[in-house]
Amino acid sequence: MLTVDGLHAHYGRAHILDGVSLTVEPGEVHVLLGRNGAGKSTTMKAIMGLVPPSAGRVTFLGQAIAGRAPFEIARAGLGYVPEDRRIFAELTVEENLECGRQKPRDGQRPWSVERVCELFPSLAAMRRRPGGRMSGGEQQMLTIGRTLMGNPRLILLDEPSEGLAPVIVERMAAAILALKAEGLSVLLSEQNLSFAYAVSDRASIIEKGVVRWGGTMAALMTDEAARRAYLSV
Amino acid sequence: MSHLLVQGLSGLASAASLFLVAAGLTVIFGVTRIVNFAHGSLYMLGAYLAYSLVTWLPRGHFPFWGGVVLAALLTGVIGVVVEVLVLRRIYKAPELFQLLATFGVVLVVQDLALAVWGPQDLLGPRAPGLRGAVDVLGERFPLYDLVLIGIGGVVLLLLWLLFQRTRFGVLVRAATADREMVGALGVNQRWLFTGVFFLGSALAGLGGALQVPRESVNLNMDLAIISEAFVVVVVGGLGSLPGAALAALLIGQLQAFGILVFPRITLVLVFLVMAVVLVVRPYGLLGKRPGGHAASVTLPEPPLAGLTGRGRAVVALALVLCVVLPPFLGDYALVVLSELAIAVLFAASLHFIMGPGGMASFGHAAYFGAGAYAAALLVKHAAAPMEVGLLAAPFAAGLVGLLFGFFCVRLSGVYSAMLTLAFAQIAWSTAFQWVEVTGGDNGILGVWPSAWAVPKLAYAYLSLALCLGGTWLLRRVIFAPMGYALRAQRDSALRAEAIGIDAFKVRWLAFALAAAFAGLAGALFAFGKGSVFPTTMAIPRSVDALLMVLLGGVQTLIGPVIGALAYTGLHEQLVRVTELWRAALGAIIIALVLFFPRGLAGFRRA
Amino acid sequence: MLEVQGLQKSFGGVRAVRDVSLRVAGGELLALIGPNGAGKSTCFNMLNGQLRPDAGTVRLDGRDITGLPPRVIWRLGVGRTFQITATFGSLSVLENVQMALLSHARRLFGLWRPVAAEDPAPALALLDRVGMAAQAARPCGVLAYGDLKRVELAIALANAPRLLLMDEPTAGMAPAERVALMALTATIARQSGIAVLFTEHDMDVVFTHADRLLVLDRGAMLAEGRPDEVRADPRVREVYLGSSH
Repeated sequence: MLTVDGLHAHYGRAHILDGVSLTVEPGEVHVLLGRNGAGKSTTMKAIMGLVPPSAGRVTFLGQAIAGRAPFEIARAGLGYVPEDRRIFAELTVEENLECGRQKPRDGQRPWSVERVCELFPSLAAMRRRPGGRMSGGEQQMLTIGRTLMGNPRLILLDEPSEGLAPVIVERMAAAILALKAEGLSVLLSEQNLSFAYAVSDRASIIEKGVVRWGGTMAALMTDEAARRAYLSV
Repeated sequence: MSHLLVQGLSGLASAASLFLVAAGLTVIFGVTRIVNFAHGSLYMLGAYLAYSLVTWLPRGHFPFWGGVVLAALLTGVIGVVVEVLVLRRIYKAPELFQLLATFGVVLVVQDLALAVWGPQDLLGPRAPGLRGAVDVLGERFPLYDLVLIGIGGVVLLLLWLLFQRTRFGVLVRAATADREMVGALGVNQRWLFTGVFFLGSALAGLGGALQVPRESVNLNMDLAIISEAFVVVVVGGLGSLPGAALAALLIGQLQAFGILVFPRITLVLVFLVMAVVLVVRPYGLLGKRPGGHAASVTLPEPPLAGLTGRGRAVVALALVLCVVLPPFLGDYALVVLSELAIAVLFAASLHFIMGPGGMASFGHAAYFGAGAYAAALLVKHAAAPMEVGLLAAPFAAGLVGLLFGFFCVRLSGVYSAMLTLAFAQIAWSTAFQWVEVTGGDNGILGVWPSAWAVPKLAYAYLSLALCLGGTWLLRRVIFAPMGYALRAQRDSALRAEAIGIDAFKVRWLAFALAAAFAGLAGALFAFGKGSVFPTTMAIPRSVDALLMVLLGGVQTLIGPVIGALAYTGLHEQLVRVTELWRAALGAIIIALVLFFPRGLAGFRRA
Repeated sequence: MLEVQGLQKSFGGVRAVRDVSLRVAGGELLALIGPNGAGKSTCFNMLNGQLRPDAGTVRLDGRDITGLPPRVIWRLGVGRTFQITATFGSLSVLENVQMALLSHARRLFGLWRPVAAEDPAPALALLDRVGMAAQAARPCGVLAYGDLKRVELAIALANAPRLLLMDEPTAGMAPAERVALMALTATIARQSGIAVLFTEHDMDVVFTHADRLLVLDRGAMLAEGRPDEVRADPRVREVYLGSSH
C-alpha cells in the first residue's frame, strides 16, 4: 500500500534520514520504533512532503508521491497526524474538523463530525470549544479526527501517546484498533513499546536515519537482542 | 456637545473607509505573509474604475451602486492577475524581495493610471440622493458619510459571517495560524491564496470606489492610503481582522479629535500611536507572535574577503576615473555624478544594517532627511557655513538614529520594518507640519554651498570625496570586530548571546552609525540642490534606498555600490527615454525579483 | 565548581522541574539523563540563563548566578554547546573562535582595526585541541555536522571556562564520531579541571564517559550516582533504562 524506498532527508546541515525503506500493507498497523532523534518524525514528514526528501522513492497506492506538494499527497489518501498536534487554537472543534474535510472516497464510509464524535465521545460535548482551550488528550483526539475527515486510506500517526495520561493512552489504543477494524492502514511512530505492542502488527526500528530491524511485533517481543540494541534508551 | 458628536461621526466615517482597505491588507498578509505595498494601488484603481463606470453609466441609484460594486469586483480580478503573474512565484522568497516586487506593481499601476486617466484630478458625481446633510443635534453632517459608516458596519458583518460561517472563511483562519498544516490536510493553498487575494483586492477596490463622491480621484491616492492602512494593520496586529476593525476605529477617532486637541501634529499623532503600540505590544493590539512553521530559505553567505588582484585593479581604476574624469564633464553630467556618489553612500549605509546586520529598515529616508534638515536649518537659522552643516549633519542624523533605533532594533522582520516606517513618517510629518521651523511643504530654500564649492566641478569632487570616504569607512567597520559582531548576531542570536555578545547593543550602535552616514549623504544632497523639502524623507526615498540595496544584492559588500549606480543610472535613462518610466522601472524591478532573487551582484557570484 | 540547590520551574501550572539539586566538581563529567519530557532541557536552560527558575539557586564557585542572562554567565566562565549546533555560518572556523576570544577580551566594539589583523595563534591553538586546525579557513556554513560540534567545543573553550554545559553533544552524529567527541571532551576536561554537565540519549556515551549520572523523571530527581550504581537501580530500570542495560 505504502512503499518507502531509500528515503534521504536533511535538516539544515544535519543528515536526518539516511536511506529509510519500509512497507505498509493494506489494513495493517505498522509501528516505527526508535529513540528520540532517530528520524521517526522526519520519516513521516518526508513521506508527507513536509520535509522535501533529498533522495528516494515513496509509492502510495501505485503512485509515486515523493516530491509532490503535501496537499496532493493528502488528496491521494494519505492522512498526517503531527506529533505536536498543530491544532488551530482559535478555531472551534467543529471548525478544526471542517478544515480536514475532503470529498468521500469510493467504497469507504465517509467521515463526518458525528462519526468523529462517535469514535471520541468526549469531543461531542465540546463541539463549540476553541481548540486552544482543550486538554492535551482532547487535542490529540481532535487532531486525529481532523485527519480522518479527509477520508484517508492510510494515516501517519506521529507519537500519539506522547505526554498523555495512561487512561487516555488506553483510549487512543482502542481508537487505533477501531480504525484498523474499519480497514484503515496506519503507520505509527512510537517510543512507548507497550503501547506499540498493544496496537501494531509489524514494526520497523529506525536508528540514525536507517531502518535497522523489521519484522512482526510478536517477533520483536521475543528478540531481546534487537530490543536491547536499538530500543533501550 | 453636538460638535463632539459630529467629530465622532466623521471619525467613524474615516474609520469605515480605513477599515475597508486595512481589512483586505490584513487578510492577505495573514494567509500569504506578504506585505502588499500594491494594496494602495488597488485602492486607487478602484476609485478610478468607479469614476469611469459611474460617469459612463446613466444617472440613478442602481447604476451608481452597481458601478461601485462592479469597480470593486474588477479590482478583485486585477488583484488576482497580480497574484498569479507575480506573487505566486515568490511566496518562498525573502520578505523584502516580496515587498520590492509589490512596489514594482505600485510603479506600474501609477503609470497605467496616468496613461488611462491622465494627470488631472477627477471629480466624480455625488451619490444620487445623498448629496445633502443631516441635522445632528443642530449641526450639519454629510448624509453620504453616514451611509459610509453604515457600509463599513455591513462589510464588517459580512466579513464576520464569511470567516465564521463558510468553509472558505474557516480555511483562511486556519491558514493564517498554520498554512503548512492546512496544506497537509489536503487544501490546495494556491487556490486559497488566489481567493484571498481576490477578496482583499476587492475590498481595497470598494474602499477606493466609495471615495469617489467624497474627494477627487488622483494619482497620489495609492501611497497616501497605503501608509495609513499599514498603520491600521500594524496597530491592530498583522493578520487580525478584528484588530484591523479596532485599530481603524482608534485611528479614525484619533484623527477626528486630534485635529481639535493638537491641530499642529495630527499627522505625527497617528504614527506616534503606532510607535507606542509597537513598543508596548510588539505584535499589535490583537496580533499574535508569528508561528515558526514557515521560514524562507536563505543561502549561507561566504566569509568576508578583502579585495584581491582584479578587484583592487577595478577599484583603483574607478578611483582614478573619479579624479581624472570630472574636469572633462559638462555641468549636467557633474550634477549626475554628485547624485551618484550620494546614492552610493546612502545605499551603503542602509546595506550596513541590512546585510551584515540582518535588520530591515523601511524608513532609511528619515536619517537622510535628518542630515539634510540639520544642515539646512543651521544654514538658515544660524547662518552657518556649509562646512559646519556637513559636519553637524551626521551627528544630528546619528542622534535621531540612536533615538529611533532604540525601539526599532528590538523587533525583527516585518514588525521592525513597519516600526522604522512609522518613525520615518513621524520625521516626515514633523518636517511637513512644523511650518515655523521647517517651512512645511515650502521647504527651506537658499541652502547653498560655500563659495569655493559652488562650481559644479568643485561640488562633484566634494561629494565624491565625502561619499566614497564614507563608504570606505563603513567597509572598514565591517571588517573590524564591530562588523563581525554584527554578522555574528545575525547568523546565530543564540550563539552570540552564549559568547557574551550583547546583540541589542551591537544592533543599536550599527543602526546609529548607518543613520549618521545616511545623514551625511542627505546633507550633501541638500547643498547640491540648494533646498530641502519634506519629500527628502518621504516613503519613496526610503524605497529608493531599499531598491538600490536589494538590486545590488544584500550578501555582497560591492552590492550597494553596484545597486546604487545601476538604479540611479537606470532611473536617469528611463526618465529620458520614456514618459512611462515608472512603469518601465516597475517592470524591471519585478523581473529582477523573479529572475535574480539574490540581486545583481549576488547573481554574478553564483 | 557548580552547585545547584532546589531548582523549580512551572509552565502554566505544569511543574516541569521540581526540586533538583546537583553538584559537579572540576574535571568531572556529570550526565543528566531521563525520558523525554523529564525536565532535562528546562533544567539545562535554567543553568545557562535562558530561563529564570521559580525557586532555587545556582552557584558557580560559590557565586550566586541564578537568573543572570546567558552572556553574563558566559563571562563568569560557563561555555556551552547546543543540541542543534549554533555557529556563525558566514564566518570561517577561525573567525568563529576569534569572535569568542574578542568578546572575552571585551574588544567587540572596535571600529577600525580589521579582525584579519588579529594574531590567529590563540584561536588556532584552540582549534588544534579539538582537531579542527586544518579546516580553520573553511566557512562554518559548509562544515560536516560532526566538525561543527568540534568547532562549538573550541568556541566554548575560548574563555577558559570552568564549567561546560553540553546539550546533547552527540545528537545527529555518527556512532564513531560520538565516541571520539566525548573522549576528547573528557580529556580536555580532566587536563584543564573543567566541570562538564551534559544531557545525552546515547547510553553508550553516557556509561563510557560520565563519572556520575543524574536521572530525572517527570521533573524530579529519580536517582544519582556512579554509572554502575544507577544501572543497578530498579526504579531507573523501570522508568527509563528498561530491562536491557
